[in-house]
Amino acid sequence: MHWNIVIDNFDYFLWGQTKFDLVFPFIHDVSGLLAAIILAVVGIFGAFWIGLAAGLMRLSKKWYIKLPAVVYIEMIRGMPLLLLIFWFFFLAPVLLGRSLPAFATTMVCFMIFTGAYVGEIVRAGVLALPGGQMEAARGSGLSQSQAMRLVILPQALRNMIPSFVNQFVSLTKDTSLAAILGVNELTRTGVQVDNREMVASFEVWITIALLYFLICYVLTSISRRMEAQLSRYQARDR
Amino acid sequence: MEYTFHWARMFSGEPAQWMWDGFVTTLQISFIALICSMLLGIIICVMRMTPFKPLQWLSLAYTEFFRNTPLLVQIFFWYNASHFVIPASINEWMNDLYYWFPGPFSMFGHEFVGEWMLLNVEFITGTIALTVYTSAFIAEEIRAGIFSIPKNQLEASRAVGLSFLQGYRFVILPQALRIVIPPLISQALNLIKNSSLCMVIGVGEMMFQATQIESYHAIPFEAFSVALLIYMTISLFVSFCITMYNKHFMIQVRY
Repeated sequence: MHWNIVIDNFDYFLWGQTKFDLVFPFIHDVSGLLAAIILAVVGIFGAFWIGLAAGLMRLSKKWYIKLPAVVYIEMIRGMPLLLLIFWFFFLAPVLLGRSLPAFATTMVCFMIFTGAYVGEIVRAGVLALPGGQMEAARGSGLSQSQAMRLVILPQALRNMIPSFVNQFVSLTKDTSLAAILGVNELTRTGVQVDNREMVASFEVWITIALLYFLICYVLTSISRRMEAQLSRYQARDR
Repeated sequence: MEYTFHWARMFSGEPAQWMWDGFVTTLQISFIALICSMLLGIIICVMRMTPFKPLQWLSLAYTEFFRNTPLLVQIFFWYNASHFVIPASINEWMNDLYYWFPGPFSMFGHEFVGEWMLLNVEFITGTIALTVYTSAFIAEEIRAGIFSIPKNQLEASRAVGLSFLQGYRFVILPQALRIVIPPLISQALNLIKNSSLCMVIGVGEMMFQATQIESYHAIPFEAFSVALLIYMTISLFVSFCITMYNKHFMIQVRY
């Protein structure tokens, strides 16, 4: 066994060649686990807003608001993320007129892809609330949007937190796909070290898997605990 | 940037042939992995429900580990480092597979240019990775389905005089299976989508062929759009099936 190879390269797995300086994004050549985390966090942040919009649009009664959201959600849920990444990678130059770096491409793709799933979570969360909440809010004089903003969403979003965390976990796993496009994140550093050393495949891939597992398992445990806690305060029909 | 579309080139000659090969390989690898992961998932789930503690821990560790690591890393692991886990004789057999099944295949008077099923080491390792990954999810789905049936039904069935296995056979499983089937179908759909990741080790499925067409014929947008359409058709068909199933067979579980 060649665990010393893993130990020698462990810092490369964690942050790779990341450099900090004073030029705008202030952080350059992001790589390793750090890149995976940045991709996942920024991705889920963008996906939240896209998903919130898509989920609420899908709940609308007007067909011209509902249709785009339905098409978007069903299309994205029907295609593999890898296909979306490749497709967008070749579509972006046609749309923008210049090529987009792989890191930006994958980040946009993670937002678009996870946004559809978050949209379904939002829709399910709003529908899970008893109908009486909306009726009571409308009955006390709030408009539709006010009722949504002040009564429904605060409750619904709180109940959705565990699902968001689960979605974040699956996005963290999905950031490994950026490696196929050449973004230097955790999986890609694994490929590099594995190909360079050639004798330590098992050790390298077990280490990479454990690094992902550590993050994802901690988050999954948190979401399970939160699910148990939050279910006590949920408004119910009965 | 100027970009001219050449849609016609996608539907004739080499690109069409490659796309069809990719489609067939995607279905083959998904089908084999689905059958295997169902069997493995049931075994893992049964292990979790036995009263023997070490088996429970083993099953728990299996599901937690394989659900919380990316499929891509698992594929790389099985492809690059499988000789540490799989016995050497089986590994050698896997590496020789390509020389065993190379021939072309003709059906209904139509000559398929490519081999009808490339049983090579990439295909096998891809299948193993997909199987292991999906079986962890399937085990959890089945367990959730069985646990969603209230426990007092089993107690009641014991009280009426059914044995433990009969209680499962006649009371729990008929209800649990109805609940489990829709998530299982969507797992199968996920499996078909996940099989696209096998392109990284060179399994010639649809995404691989799309990238191949992209680099040989320089029609990236068209190639990926056709692949997208095929995936969309599969998944829309499957979700249509789930909706139909829910409409006709879903029953309310009594508490």
